[in-house]
Amino acid sequence: MRERFTSLSAVGVPLDRGNVDTDAIIPARYLKTIKRTGLGEGLFFAWRYDAEGKERPDFPLNRPEYRGGKVLVAWENFGCGSSREHAVWALMDFGFRAVVAPSYSDIFHNNCLKNGMLPVTLPAAEVRALLDELLAAPGGKVEVDLAGQVLKGPKGDVHPFRIDPFAKTCLLEGLDEIALTLSSVGEIERYERERKKVTPWLFRDLAG
Amino acid sequence: MATLFEKIWDRHVVMRRGDDVLLYVDRHLVHEVTSPQAFEGLRQAGRAVRRPGSILAVPDHNVPTTPERAVRIDDRESREQIEALRRNALGTGIPLYDISDPRQGIVHIIGPEAGLVQPGIAVVCGDSHTGTLGAFGAIAFGIGTSEVEHVLATQTLWQKMPRQMRVAVTGALRPLVTPKDVILAVIAKIGAAGGTGYAIEFSGDTIRRMSMEGRMTVCNMTIEAGARFGLIAPDGITFAYLEGRPLAPPPGQWDAAVSCWKGLPSDPDAAWDREVALDTSSLEPHVTWGTSPQDALPVGGAVPDPAAQADPGERARMRRALEYMGLSPGKRLTDIPVDKVFIGSCTNARIEDLRAAAAVAKGRKVAPGVTALVVPGSGLVKRQAEEEGLDKVFRDAGFEWRLPGCSMCLGMNPDRLKPGERCASTSNRNFEGRQGPGGRTHLMSPPMAAAAAIAGRITDVREVAR
Repeated sequence: MRERFTSLSAVGVPLDRGNVDTDAIIPARYLKTIKRTGLGEGLFFAWRYDAEGKERPDFPLNRPEYRGGKVLVAWENFGCGSSREHAVWALMDFGFRAVVAPSYSDIFHNNCLKNGMLPVTLPAAEVRALLDELLAAPGGKVEVDLAGQVLKGPKGDVHPFRIDPFAKTCLLEGLDEIALTLSSVGEIERYERERKKVTPWLFRDLAG
Repeated sequence: MATLFEKIWDRHVVMRRGDDVLLYVDRHLVHEVTSPQAFEGLRQAGRAVRRPGSILAVPDHNVPTTPERAVRIDDRESREQIEALRRNALGTGIPLYDISDPRQGIVHIIGPEAGLVQPGIAVVCGDSHTGTLGAFGAIAFGIGTSEVEHVLATQTLWQKMPRQMRVAVTGALRPLVTPKDVILAVIAKIGAAGGTGYAIEFSGDTIRRMSMEGRMTVCNMTIEAGARFGLIAPDGITFAYLEGRPLAPPPGQWDAAVSCWKGLPSDPDAAWDREVALDTSSLEPHVTWGTSPQDALPVGGAVPDPAAQADPGERARMRRALEYMGLSPGKRLTDIPVDKVFIGSCTNARIEDLRAAAAVAKGRKVAPGVTALVVPGSGLVKRQAEEEGLDKVFRDAGFEWRLPGCSMCLGMNPDRLKPGERCASTSNRNFEGRQGPGGRTHLMSPPMAAAAAIAGRITDVREVAR
């Protein structure tokens, strides 16, 4: 069901901004789709294009050296604001497969993991160094190895990172989490039987 | 010795897997924007909705707020998304408050009105402002679409226990200072990421005196401080709000429910990972100047100078914010003119919000050149406001009186700002482009927004109302 993430080596794209919110990642008018695909068109729309719809040449995603990059390197509290999973779908549709930042909003972080996108959390000083390297020498490659939990910067600098073991397994194997949960449906049924006795009012049908 | 959050959490654990628990979800609210892909996923996998009767669906983000919506919605994609919600709800047996239903409204407003949000429950919605519902003493949180699909199929979610933060709010609020000012001050104090990884319980005498409407405003914006969960211990005010509502515990189970709820508040010796205190006895009405909700200041203040900021990252962020907002350091907030005024949203579109704004608007006129919208949060709020004559107060003053929906909070429906327009807004986010591409948002309370409409600029409501 979901996309796997194992490893990649790709151009790193620096986005040196803090508190990048999901409205900036994908504006609300692109949320009217009932599909998960095609959202890359609206990614960072207001930052990529000017009022006339022309590309802003200085925005990193528009610079030729960063084209085709798959690793977005950003600053603190990345993905804050709205819960819209469209933000992750837009990043992936555009070609990104991993984000590197000192911190993320909780919902965005979850949404990444559900879609096979790797959110790498590194100490602020290490992210700062990566951003500076990518800004100083555009086009540098970043290597990410999920199994070994290590990221390599353009100059070969090595950054180990931590990840929740279950999330790691899901990413490596592309597990269908719903199928996995449904394999414990007996536990869910047992819980419901017990709860119905204690709090019967919570099983009232909302239809009426 | 457990917190309110921990007590509710423990009652919802179905099973454990390492640090993760499978959390049972009692109630699930669904709107048209974040659900279509979840229903599509179920169909593709041939899965059923586990408990349709635990879910309530409503269209709110896309709906126009003008009367023509009853006959047509011009925007094809919006129309299709609303139709998809209808199809998905009807096809799976999920109750729906459709666009013409008198109970239709903003998802976070209609759940409490129906009485389906109760102390001690776990409730989710594919919307970050679901924390609003924590005001009832519930675990309420926003989730992404994949998680919506997981809940539809299993009635559960794998979750990690968040850290516990208590924000103690004390002191009597001065006249015309509101719960909105309290939460803006909290966010300014702890920052837009200060609550990341936490559940925040709001406590203290200021909170205890607040109505359910005020408590919902506070919990609504917890996510703007980074916390997915905001919650408040249930008390007599909570129980009185709920009693007799259509989906509250029925009379035969009411006493049992209340006695269960009375055991929920955090124990005196509960352990907190972080504690924050805010004395509100001298709190001023707050207004945001920038593009993050943490950029809030008392209305008597001035636009801050990025040069005075020591941290280079924050300095750069402030410079970009000021450039986007078209503001210079040192400008007094009360010298900032507005083009539009929006009174509405899941933050501030309940009856008390409209009463507070109407009290300021009464007998006054919206300044020339300013367009001001009042958008009740639900059909029930609208009806009550009309019974109280608030619609007439607003109309006489030159405000537009609209139909319920998310409206100008988020730029998904026809109500939005044009590039460069500046808005005094009672909503929750002042992000770049949030209210429409290029639009500039100043967050504030309903009375402050009404005062801005009348003065044509940001103003201290206490001067207008004097």
